[in-house]
Amino acid sequence: MSVDLETVKRVARLARIAVTTEDAERMTGELNAILGFVEQLDEVDVSGVDPMTSVIPMVMRKRQDAVTDGNKAADIVANAPAAEENFFLVPKVIE
Amino acid sequence: MSDLTHLTIAEARAKLATKDFTALELTDAYLGAIDAANDTLNAYVAVTHEQARDMAKASDARRSAGETSALEGIPLGIKDLFATEGVHTQAASHILDGFKPRYESTVTANLWADGAVMLGKLNMDEFAMGSSNETSYYGPVKNPWRGQGSNTDLVPGGSSGGSAAAVAAWLCAGATATDTGGSIRQPAAFTGTVGIKPTYGRCSRWGTVAFASSLDQAGPIARDVRDAAILLKSMASVDPKDTTSVDLPVPDYEAALGQSVKGMKIGIPREYRLDGMPEDVEKLWSQGIAYLRDAGAEIVDISLPHTKYALPAYYIVAPAEASSNLARYDGVRYGLRVPGKDITDMYEQTRAAGFGREVKRRIMIGTYVLSAGYYDAYYVRAQKVRTLIKRDFETVFADGIDAILTPATPSSAFGIADQDMAADPVKMYLNDIFTVTVNMAGLPGIAVPAGLDAKGLPLGLQLIGKPFEEETLFRTAHVIEQAAGRFQPTKWW
Repeated sequence: MSVDLETVKRVARLARIAVTTEDAERMTGELNAILGFVEQLDEVDVSGVDPMTSVIPMVMRKRQDAVTDGNKAADIVANAPAAEENFFLVPKVIE
Repeated sequence: MSDLTHLTIAEARAKLATKDFTALELTDAYLGAIDAANDTLNAYVAVTHEQARDMAKASDARRSAGETSALEGIPLGIKDLFATEGVHTQAASHILDGFKPRYESTVTANLWADGAVMLGKLNMDEFAMGSSNETSYYGPVKNPWRGQGSNTDLVPGGSSGGSAAAVAAWLCAGATATDTGGSIRQPAAFTGTVGIKPTYGRCSRWGTVAFASSLDQAGPIARDVRDAAILLKSMASVDPKDTTSVDLPVPDYEAALGQSVKGMKIGIPREYRLDGMPEDVEKLWSQGIAYLRDAGAEIVDISLPHTKYALPAYYIVAPAEASSNLARYDGVRYGLRVPGKDITDMYEQTRAAGFGREVKRRIMIGTYVLSAGYYDAYYVRAQKVRTLIKRDFETVFADGIDAILTPATPSSAFGIADQDMAADPVKMYLNDIFTVTVNMAGLPGIAVPAGLDAKGLPLGLQLIGKPFEEETLFRTAHVIEQAAGRFQPTKWW
């Protein structure tokens, strides 16, 4: 399988990365090189094989469903590019 | 005082204990070495002079009070991927500009609890994506090694290139690093240092900037096998904040050194013998086999039939996980924001400006293989292949193999801005051909320097072990180190 320019632009949109047509053209070549490389996986007989879900067989540890953290709104917004009164500020999203 | 920086951690530990010098003197020696070298080598992206000296003074005070811990007063460098409270943490990316976390990663918290001193944050490939440290927003790191009679600047490997270069150039006593496909072992091999990627789950991933969560593991890079054992003991822990961290006691890895390898079965996988492998690498591997045979180990030819599929499967699984993990960098909660005409445009402009080329490439691949219609063909198939790769290892271990010996890398360090690598991303990816299988199977792997090539550059061997049998790796790597000796660059910087 290979990708064309339109597909690359669509994927960039899904990934929320702005690309110029020039970027997209360069990426098309690079992505096709990588997709060509991974194509060799088609040779492998995977019938009856379960996909890997965890490399170490273990039961996930669980903890009490209790509040163990909180009251640190100021810490949470401390690194925000724009914040006011412990809220993140973003461009207007509703009219 | 500069020769203090040439001591191993074990040596410095002994001399601090006998009060030959203080932690502050040792820290000052390292800070001086960093200030003199970093403009040239670019191993550190942030040097925390004041904090280092405060931590060293506190360590000296503890020692005076008779309270000493395992790493008391030992100055370390920290890969920029680890969250360090109030200190530069950007995964060497532009998109995390100015980020100073309000929390500390579990691995670094463990080190500080054991008395270690932080010298600063180490350069790396952006978001740990790269094999040469050239994808860093902060520019490439220079390898302290140069070829005999050559002035060409070489890469230190990656992604933990700053960690490996700093350890080799005596700019820290040891360093933290992380390994998703070879990012500890390949730079260790390129710089004549020792690096271990422990079993998945041995170190907590909490507070480590995530790249590919099912593959990422932290580990140390150190000057010798003993120092790597000392560091891993402190870094490893079970952590309620990371449910994939494993609740097993952390052994005293150092105690494994000096134990005999007599009667151990060392597997030599035939699939790692590549066509066109440099003669030097081939020779080094044979030499390693001879060292272990001479020490009484039994050498067994083995087969790991799915080896060649590990790298292509990795380049589906890792970008898929990365595309998901890196979705959080949107210009809202931290780091860079580039204004846009609406919120979507702001996301897109921020991510376009904030991520470098390699990171974008991997997000794009990941987004594509996870997108509707391709998920089964790519992602599910790659995860099935991963099961087969793991099964290969399980089969040989069930047959009685104790550890597997392979080369660590297909070559020695290459030049900065290598044209071939720049032209074809897949060429760069091939650097990880011997290491990536280990991440795919979640196993521990150690790279230990074993010799120099014809250009006088270090080459490493890799030992792969059973899950949570890091002790076997330390013991066996120590035997190789004893036989091969240690390798240090000639100071030119």
